[in-house]
Amino acid sequence: MPNDLTLSRRAFAAGVAAAAVLATLPRPALALTAEGAKGLVDKTVADINSIINSGKSEGAMLRDFEKLFTRYADVPTIARSVLGTAARSASKGQLSAYTRAFQGYISRKYGRRFREFQGGKIDVADARAVKSYYEVISIARLQGESPFEVRWHVSDKSGKSLFFNIIIEGVNMLASERTEMGALLDQRGGDLDRLIADLDSL
Amino acid sequence: MGLNIFFISGQKLRRSLAALAVSGLAACGGTPSGDGINDPFEAANRKVHGFNKGVDRALVGPASKGYGIVPPPLKRAVGNVADTLDIPGDIANNLLQLRLVAAAENTLRLGVNLTFGLAGTLDVSSELGLEGRPTDFGETLHVWGVGEGPYLELPLAGPSTVRDTVGTVVDVALNPVRLALPEKEAMAATALKLFSRLGDRDRFSDTVDSLLYESADSYAQARLLYLQNRRFELGKRVGAAEGASDDGFIDPYADAPSDDDFIDPYEDPYAQ
Repeated sequence: MPNDLTLSRRAFAAGVAAAAVLATLPRPALALTAEGAKGLVDKTVADINSIINSGKSEGAMLRDFEKLFTRYADVPTIARSVLGTAARSASKGQLSAYTRAFQGYISRKYGRRFREFQGGKIDVADARAVKSYYEVISIARLQGESPFEVRWHVSDKSGKSLFFNIIIEGVNMLASERTEMGALLDQRGGDLDRLIADLDSL
Repeated sequence: MGLNIFFISGQKLRRSLAALAVSGLAACGGTPSGDGINDPFEAANRKVHGFNKGVDRALVGPASKGYGIVPPPLKRAVGNVADTLDIPGDIANNLLQLRLVAAAENTLRLGVNLTFGLAGTLDVSSELGLEGRPTDFGETLHVWGVGEGPYLELPLAGPSTVRDTVGTVVDVALNPVRLALPEKEAMAATALKLFSRLGDRDRFSDTVDSLLYESADSYAQARLLYLQNRRFELGKRVGAAEGASDDGFIDPYADAPSDDDFIDPYEDPYAQ
């Protein structure tokens, strides 16, 4: 009897160890969960709120937004996706110069609009796995407005859990910026170097 | 004749779009390729967009700035009355869509705002959590299975589709409030709606201005915004498990060019 007990205890311990090893094997160590995705958006929203209410000058706020953007968003992936097919023919140097310019451009563009969130708040409601990514649903409540929905798409494919798209009432940031970047590139006759130079002043 | 002024909007984006609608939009430029955009009349649409943008620059934008000086409580009252005047049309459409809960909610909203809301000047219902279910005949057609059809930009009325244009015409022609009111009062209601729309143009001037005057191709941006937001609005009321849809998903990782230098250190050679 006691023997049986020891045996089964040992078997149990081995089973636990095996389960622990198995659990780590098929996935990367830092697999993203719905909770993790939600946590990322929670932190992003908290940081946005503290920047908006910091009382800093607009220039300082925009710099803070750029930092926030690089911390929580997958900027290189967003930048490349927004550039579309032109990204494929770009050299490595062009791509990194473009990514740097894009980062400033997108931070200024959206940072300016975040002013409208002053006095309002964003509540993170829910997160779910959709195919290869997580969708986090939040509700923005601005002063004097009906609440509206903001969705965040989060992935860890870059190696870190970062968001790669924001969808406001169905309007998709990646799609909208692709249209914009395509038009900007067309205006410059497809010249990526000119686009990179001009992005700094847009 | 108010063209698209009976077009109802609840959410901020729809408001901005509605504000765009009084003003309109346009530009000229390359052909943007996008998913799910059906725009065979692009050349004509772009001409209309140019016209609409001119109207906004010369008339609607400045007029809305002028209207912006009106004290906020009065502007809010105008907006609330205009919204309340839309409710009978909403209820008619709710019934045509066989959405009885929405019809009941809108009826309750109408009753509350007409009584406790002092003839619609206060939006008491929203304070009570009764946000309302704005709708239109375009949505009714959608519920009946009519597809959206090609994209259209209408003079003065702005972004639309063939289906939504038909919807707008029906909503204006058969608006219960306009049919019930004597001519003078109906005119007053129309004027009120126009002021309400000017208020929206002013309130969302940042959004509208950045779209119309700061984007590289304002026509393509307005088209994308309208179609995406409209599909979202129509889709979310179908009642399916909210949000489980994959509609807005763009996989930016899929079109990443393969990187020869990349070695995945996490790749497990033993995994099957």
